[in-house]
Amino acid sequence: MKALFPVLVGALVALVVGDLLILGVGQSPAEVYRLLLEGTWGNPYGFAQVLYKATTLTFTGLAVALALRAGLFNIGAEAQLALGGFAASVMGLALPAGVPAPLAIIACIVAAAMGGAVGGAVPGALNAWFGANEVITTILLNFVVLFFLNWVVTAHLHVAETVHTPAFTNGTVPRLSAVIPAFRGSAANATVLLAIVAAVVTGWFVFRTRYGYELRAVGLSPDAAEAAGIVLPRVRVATFTLAGALAGMGGTNFVLGYKHYYEDGFTGGAGLIGIAVALAGRAHPIGIMLAALAFATLSQGGLAIHALVPKQMADILQGVVILAIAIASRART
Amino acid sequence: MLSLEAINKNYGTVVANRDASLTVATGEIHGVVGENGAGKTTLMRIAAGELRPDSGRVMLDDRDVTGWSVTGAIAAGVGMVHQHFMLVPTLTVTENMILGREPVFLDRRRASQAVRDLSESTGLAVDPDAKVSDLSVGEAQRVEILKALYRGATLLILDEPTAVLSPPEVDDLWKVLRALRDQGSTVILITHKLDEVMAIADAVTVMRGGQTVGQFKTSDVTSADLALAMVGRELAEFFTPAARVSNGAPVLEVDNLVVGHEVDGVSFTVAPGEIFGIAGVEGNGQHELIEAIAGYAKVTSGSIRRGGTPIERLSVRRRGELGIAHIPDDRQRRGLVLDYTVAENLILGRERSFGRVRLDRMKMAIEAQRLITAFDIRPHDPRRLARTLSGGNQQKVVVAREMGGIRDFHLLLAAQPTRGVDIGAIETIHAHFRLARSEGRSVVLVSSDLSELLALADRIAVMLRGRFVAVVDRADASAEVIGRYMAGAAA
Repeated sequence: MKALFPVLVGALVALVVGDLLILGVGQSPAEVYRLLLEGTWGNPYGFAQVLYKATTLTFTGLAVALALRAGLFNIGAEAQLALGGFAASVMGLALPAGVPAPLAIIACIVAAAMGGAVGGAVPGALNAWFGANEVITTILLNFVVLFFLNWVVTAHLHVAETVHTPAFTNGTVPRLSAVIPAFRGSAANATVLLAIVAAVVTGWFVFRTRYGYELRAVGLSPDAAEAAGIVLPRVRVATFTLAGALAGMGGTNFVLGYKHYYEDGFTGGAGLIGIAVALAGRAHPIGIMLAALAFATLSQGGLAIHALVPKQMADILQGVVILAIAIASRART
Repeated sequence: MLSLEAINKNYGTVVANRDASLTVATGEIHGVVGENGAGKTTLMRIAAGELRPDSGRVMLDDRDVTGWSVTGAIAAGVGMVHQHFMLVPTLTVTENMILGREPVFLDRRRASQAVRDLSESTGLAVDPDAKVSDLSVGEAQRVEILKALYRGATLLILDEPTAVLSPPEVDDLWKVLRALRDQGSTVILITHKLDEVMAIADAVTVMRGGQTVGQFKTSDVTSADLALAMVGRELAEFFTPAARVSNGAPVLEVDNLVVGHEVDGVSFTVAPGEIFGIAGVEGNGQHELIEAIAGYAKVTSGSIRRGGTPIERLSVRRRGELGIAHIPDDRQRRGLVLDYTVAENLILGRERSFGRVRLDRMKMAIEAQRLITAFDIRPHDPRRLARTLSGGNQQKVVVAREMGGIRDFHLLLAAQPTRGVDIGAIETIHAHFRLARSEGRSVVLVSSDLSELLALADRIAVMLRGRFVAVVDRADASAEVIGRYMAGAAA
């Protein structure tokens, strides 16, 4: 309950600021919120879109939270997510046609995880061996990775007139609309199940295993962990690698479930919002899933309220929530 | 005159103060003594406006100031100096002094002159322009006291001020406190060291279990009377001299060990069943020596052998598996994960014995229950965060894990194991050291408390500027002999 205090404050502040902003552009807050909810949780398509967006955010939120538990700030989920998506599409393109579908899907997911893991291992290693501040390296690597992938795709792998790779067919996962017809038209796909599994496994890993015990000890008190024989660089590199793998797997949502190709810029800030998701979710798997749903609702709802207020309103509200939570968590400690 | 009347204070279900009362006359040095967790600090924080009592009154010169703020207390001349310093390390001494009351236009030269004047008039020597991060703990403490005085404190509350000081620094502090008293200030001294109270205080209040159990004039009582009042029972076996020295293949051989600039060529061996004491003023390399043997300070040159095997390149964990246990001198930073529960802390470094992948919660609970009972860790609750325990009980968690835990040991490295720990806990810890020795285990004991070394150690080495200047058999050792070596006499 105590842990939820900052989140409640954040929500409340966002509500008040949101009201003021809406009044400021001459609209009725009640009307805007009604539209926002109607366009998201109020109809099957909107709900499915929320699920779709929450799926990616769950992965990036977990990637940030895992590092946070080890006392590390992973600002690089954006790059790790892109690397994962890219690796998945390369795997999808490279697989021969005869590979059975389940095998192909697993191969693509593993590729995504490994792609992300590389993106996490580099800042992890730089931190562990050279003492480079991981906040700075991950921010900078975001640029390096995103521009590098942009170059690879546009120079070598793109379909003419586009910034995406060719589409592949083997390794794709079904959309939810195949089972629930009401979701027709939405990008929501089976990757959402993978996200739930990832959250559960991450929670088990952090709170129930010996590795998680050591990881949290490093996060809470590196000096005591070191004195107890826990090797800090090893834990830090491993944590960052796993965090990268989690973010990387998030790339499958777009690549395997939606477009079936890698497209430049598909991440769209999901890696950065992952930081907000991890903080609002108190670095706990259940909290992260709920926070991912909340931020996905804001993002999807931004489209629904476009008729009444600028859709940037939703972005502003996201920012306000993050600030308020950050301030409220500070005030409590 | 400050008086606290029938103060009650609870933290959740924990009673910190129960019906506690005390009266401090203006112009006296008043000791507040009691075991760790007796409620001394809480009571004084209530007096200084940092905490609000649940019930009871705080009176200052017949004015009811119950529940006042720190700002109010400072304005009335009441200032508290904490055990853990509250200074900004990147700022200078002067900047720290004026922090929170800095004028819009800062005249650095005048401010630092004011600090220098205050420093000279009180005898608290400190360079006003030095950066706090460059100061020794003794100097940092002087800055804290100066800060309180600079803010106009005439009633100064000091929480365990000597815990971090070397003996000469303690003497200096006493001089300053006496001078302050003679100038009309009032000093309240929180401590658990009885000799300190007897040496300096005019009056003393004894606390036990959150209550004030007695107020005395120090001229009317002996330290034995106070000890009895503090623990509520006679102390068994308080200072028994060490008895036996054993032979046999050495458990530990340290040969010409160099660690950075701190340890400069130290050699010694420890026999099975021996307690090897290391005396010395803090900061002469003892800390680094122990960390190097434990495995997390880098050895520059020389060798360390454990039962004949060279270990200076092994990991901390491997050394632990070879039977080396370690009680670090900074329990809050090195010994415990403060935000882990007692149960979690009791397996720190031994977590591999509780599951290859999944931690066995049941096994952890049983281990916690066993150790909490065996070492009397209070409260008896494995789910409490280590942070919420008193200092003595935190130390018992470390001692329990290292000496009674699932991993057996043959050699214990104990650095300042009883610093900041109450008499009851000291007794428990010393008893475990003696028990370990009688079972043939060895201890390397670093302590700045000479009486502790004289009570326990079979041999005592004196460390000065990174070297052993003498190694004395217990039979030949006395406080005078060791003290002379500590001060730099040649062997």
